[in-house]
Amino acid sequence: MTTHALFSLPRWWSVVLKEFLQLKRDRITFAMIAVLPIVQLALFGYAINTNPKQLPTAVILGEQSPFSRSFVAAMKNSDYFNIVETLPDETAGRRALAQGQVLFVLNVPADFSRRLLRGEHPSLLLEADATDPTATGSAVAALPGLVQPVVEKDLTGPLAHLNGAPAAFDVQVHSLYNPEAITQYNVVPGLMGVILTMTMVMMTGLAITRERERGTMENLLATPVLPIEVMTGKIVPYVAIGLIQVTIILAAAYFVFHVPFEGSLIAIYLAALLFIAATLTVGITLSSLAQSQLQAMQLTMFYFLPSLLLSGFMFPFAGMPVWARFIGNLLPLTYFNRLIRGILLKGNGWIDLWPSVWPMAVFMVVMMGIALRFYRRTLD
Amino acid sequence: MNPSATEYAIDVQKLNKHFGDKHVVNDVSLQVAHGEIFGFLGPNGSGKTTSIRLMCGLLTPDSGTGTCLGYDIIRESAQIKRNVGYMTQRFSYWDDLTIRENLDFIARLYDMPNRRETVDHALESLGLASRADQLTGALSGGWKQRLALAACMLHKPKLLLLDEPTAGVDPTARRDFWEELHRLAAQGISVLVSTHYMDEAERCHKLAYIAYGKLIAQGTAKEVIDSQDLTTWAIHGDRLSELSEQLRTMPGVDQTVVFGSALHASGKDHAALEKAVQQAAAGKDLRIEPIDTGLEDVFIYMMSRSSDNYGMPS
Ligand SMILES: Nc1ncnc2c1ncn2[C@@H]1O[C@H](COP(=O)(O)OP(=O)(O)O)[C@@H](O)[C@H]1O
Ligand SMILES: [Mg+2]
Repeated sequence: MTTHALFSLPRWWSVVLKEFLQLKRDRITFAMIAVLPIVQLALFGYAINTNPKQLPTAVILGEQSPFSRSFVAAMKNSDYFNIVETLPDETAGRRALAQGQVLFVLNVPADFSRRLLRGEHPSLLLEADATDPTATGSAVAALPGLVQPVVEKDLTGPLAHLNGAPAAFDVQVHSLYNPEAITQYNVVPGLMGVILTMTMVMMTGLAITRERERGTMENLLATPVLPIEVMTGKIVPYVAIGLIQVTIILAAAYFVFHVPFEGSLIAIYLAALLFIAATLTVGITLSSLAQSQLQAMQLTMFYFLPSLLLSGFMFPFAGMPVWARFIGNLLPLTYFNRLIRGILLKGNGWIDLWPSVWPMAVFMVVMMGIALRFYRRTLD
Repeated sequence: MNPSATEYAIDVQKLNKHFGDKHVVNDVSLQVAHGEIFGFLGPNGSGKTTSIRLMCGLLTPDSGTGTCLGYDIIRESAQIKRNVGYMTQRFSYWDDLTIRENLDFIARLYDMPNRRETVDHALESLGLASRADQLTGALSGGWKQRLALAACMLHKPKLLLLDEPTAGVDPTARRDFWEELHRLAAQGISVLVSTHYMDEAERCHKLAYIAYGKLIAQGTAKEVIDSQDLTTWAIHGDRLSELSEQLRTMPGVDQTVVFGSALHASGKDHAALEKAVQQAAAGKDLRIEPIDTGLEDVFIYMMSRSSDNYGMPS
């Protein structure tokens, strides 16, 4: 007869208390909780500038004309473009883009002014390296605004009749390498899930391996405490930490990055709570699998990278290949990204949120099952 | 099973445990009666810790059966955990909790009624009441050991499994510790204690000696000594190491050990031993006398006789 002891609330609570006490004394972890979101926000929000200026640009001048000169001057003045060189032909332009020497190549066709004067509405061609769309997006967006002043300045007197609608000429933007665009506000809300994934998985990942490495696991195993009590008890303090982090990030999003808050704050916190719980079960699972703290860290990275790359945080989800979307669909961060962007930016209500809520709940239950399955009840 | 109905606090038969192809515990059977202090001796790495872990359900044996307080060691480890106090060889309480917090945590895990009084009482009798709020990591080895003992007895277990509880503890503290053990035993608590110290072995009601995973001898100190059927002569005088070398090669001498000012020569063949000792001492300024073979002579003898069976396929 195998005897199954029942879950005991007092025992569970004793684990919770112990974890809180230990956390309270762990200054480094404590600092990390507050500092990590701030550092990440600074990195992603500022250092990784979503509105960069003075981007290196080359020009191919098929002709020398007042119009081309004015337009290039206008580009310079816009502060987005830094004209670094003049290239002979399109091949040289492509090479400069491929090698990353420039992010843009402006191509002025040979017959541009003649066609302009004939009223044929010719185009200038701007080739953009859109590998990182956030880098080039704002510059590209600023281009159409440059056309009108040039037209107004140069097409005067007898040429004034060309100055009307549609515009006398336009700029065709040709995005290379990654034609997707990304909205700027995506970054900060998306960052919330990334930061939570990183801290939650890492901290709980260490939770059980630490007991094992310090030898205190033998003591725990020798007491009547049950695996489920240890695991869920260890999770609780980190839920509180996660919610603190959410608050820090939300405050920064609102006050520093002026991200719109379209939806309800309660919905945000509930979504975050669910996501935190799901992520913590991952950490606890990794912790039961890992033999040492080092292994736990490695497993954390192994989980963190796909989350970062395939959840729609780095690259637009719709633009990813099928296999990548398949993996992404297994990760809670994917659903959380949808939830948080949906709530913050689109003001989504409960019904819109449901399709992203249940997969996270399922994920959590499955993970907890795995964690309990692998939690070692003996020292074998 | 009803614990009180069983004759022994620990009763295990033919326990085996391998780590990889190392046969760490080899057919270990032992019985510990209620209220008995049972000493578990053997050199480092002989399988004491592993055996103790098998008995309290922390490791699963590859084969063998047994009960602890009447509970099956394989299927009823939950009950065993609730009723046994296990003190690990390595200090295993939380360094980043205070002394009180550690005791309180353990008391909570065992669902102790009157938790606060129990913890306060334990702190009082430990003499740690004034330092209760110090971090445990700051305690010295001796204090850690006392804390560990107090913690594993907090839930008033009927059986204590103590794994080298006095390693690195000063003699006074060791004496206090053993007095406490005997007080507990008098109350009917059974104790299995592993140790390296001979003086401690002599304070146990019963002993078992394990080497390379095998139990070599078991019983009272007298039974263990008698089991080897050794005769011992003590030789007092100078330059005993030289004499020891010389004696060792002589017929009838199975073992020579220098204990400070005396040399012990032991052997199974009484007559041959006596002859050898007298021959070696002849014409020298030495005093020789037959003595009772001691536990230490016997342990050294058993240790040298047991073969290293690790790594051998089994
Ligand atoms: N978890 C383990 N994995 C592999 N080998 C182990 C493990 N625990 C103990 N051993 C080995 O088993 C042998 C017996 O160890 P142990 O029971 O600790 O001996 P003792 O307590 O008598 O010093 C040693 O050789 C040790 O290296
Ligand atoms: Mg040991």
